[in-house]
Amino acid sequence: MSEIQLNQKNGTLAGVLGSHMDKILAEWLREMSNTVRRSDLIKESDLRAECSRFLQLMKQATELDGNNFQSPAFDGVRDMLAEISRNRSQKGFKPSETATFVFSLKRPLFNEIQAQHKGDAEGMAAGIWSLTELLDAMGLYTTEVFLKSREDIVRRQQEELLELSTPVVKLWEGILALPIIGTLDSARTQVVMESLLQAIVQSNSRVAIIDITGVPTVDTVVAQHLLKTITAARLMGADCIISGVRPQIAQTIVHLGINLLDITTKSTLAAAFSVALQRLGITFVRETVKS
Amino acid sequence: MVVVSAESVPVKSEPDVVAVRRRVREVSAQLGLSLVDQTKIITAASELARNTIIYGGGGTMQVQTLNGPRVGLRLTFEDHGPGIPDVALALRDGFTTGSGLGLGLGGSKRLVNEFEIVSRLGEGTRITITRWK
Repeated sequence: MSEIQLNQKNGTLAGVLGSHMDKILAEWLREMSNTVRRSDLIKESDLRAECSRFLQLMKQATELDGNNFQSPAFDGVRDMLAEISRNRSQKGFKPSETATFVFSLKRPLFNEIQAQHKGDAEGMAAGIWSLTELLDAMGLYTTEVFLKSREDIVRRQQEELLELSTPVVKLWEGILALPIIGTLDSARTQVVMESLLQAIVQSNSRVAIIDITGVPTVDTVVAQHLLKTITAARLMGADCIISGVRPQIAQTIVHLGINLLDITTKSTLAAAFSVALQRLGITFVRETVKS
Repeated sequence: MVVVSAESVPVKSEPDVVAVRRRVREVSAQLGLSLVDQTKIITAASELARNTIIYGGGGTMQVQTLNGPRVGLRLTFEDHGPGIPDVALALRDGFTTGSGLGLGLGGSKRLVNEFEIVSRLGEGTRITITRWK
């Protein structure tokens, strides 16, 4: 093998990683300690192991398929980046800090490539350019994964919130209560309606009290959703009472011109409960306790 | 009339309606509107913001607080949608081209002190509502 060929091999990323891995690792760790090493969030020894494994994977990938981050040869690298990104997102790193994990590798690798291409300006420029492209792609990838993992968390929480926020409570044999808290949008109404109708069947209830004390704004859409829920409950043989109508809500409903005339409404849940008991023919008697 | 503060809030998608209500609640509480008046203008804003999205294809809401001689809150909803062909008809209770109750536009007019609507076909719609303290 001639000397020139050898040099070319040495000048590539795979060559550099192969022959100077320890040096690059040391410089990389030093570089990170200057910028983003968060000793409060990750242990020195863990970081070293992580970086070392990452360089090994990168070496294997670049030996197989140069600097093409999209190629299957980089699957291992991508998986590890995704894992790092997700872990750090959970540990509380900022996305920029995670991306800098990759970007701080620039200087150590640039230095090596520069050293390998002494006196060969063109080769050096080409080497550095393709390295920059690769590292940028990796950095962006960590940010993408980071955002995606955050989105997953938000979506899961939204779904959990939707389920949590619509409990159907049994107040008495045949009487259900449905306290609604927050905004009643279409998605929410669907969940509310389904859980109410199911509870009506299961408990064989004849009266359902929908309490809107926790609904800050009743506009036409909320009213429409309430009316739909009540109509559906009626079809199942249950009467609905709306409770928790505050003075300001009552005035707003009147101005909007929403017709709730054929629906029983009460200002408090207690009043609605008492109406429900009456309808079922249940009366309470206060007994004097003999002491 | 003196405009004390003005800001613009995007009204593009359904989650923005929640943001609009929250912002109007904050500003009207700061102004010291009574709870009933707060609820009225929040509800009107909710209706108009939803109309802006559904019928206007999205737009903006301008929030202005007014002072001198009277204290009040003015909201301007603007979109560049298809416009309303017959404003009088659109204001009539029970009329809708969508799937709602048809009470939003007329209802929000009754919820505020001043209501102005300018709509041009193919250019868009601008609705200004004011609630005085």
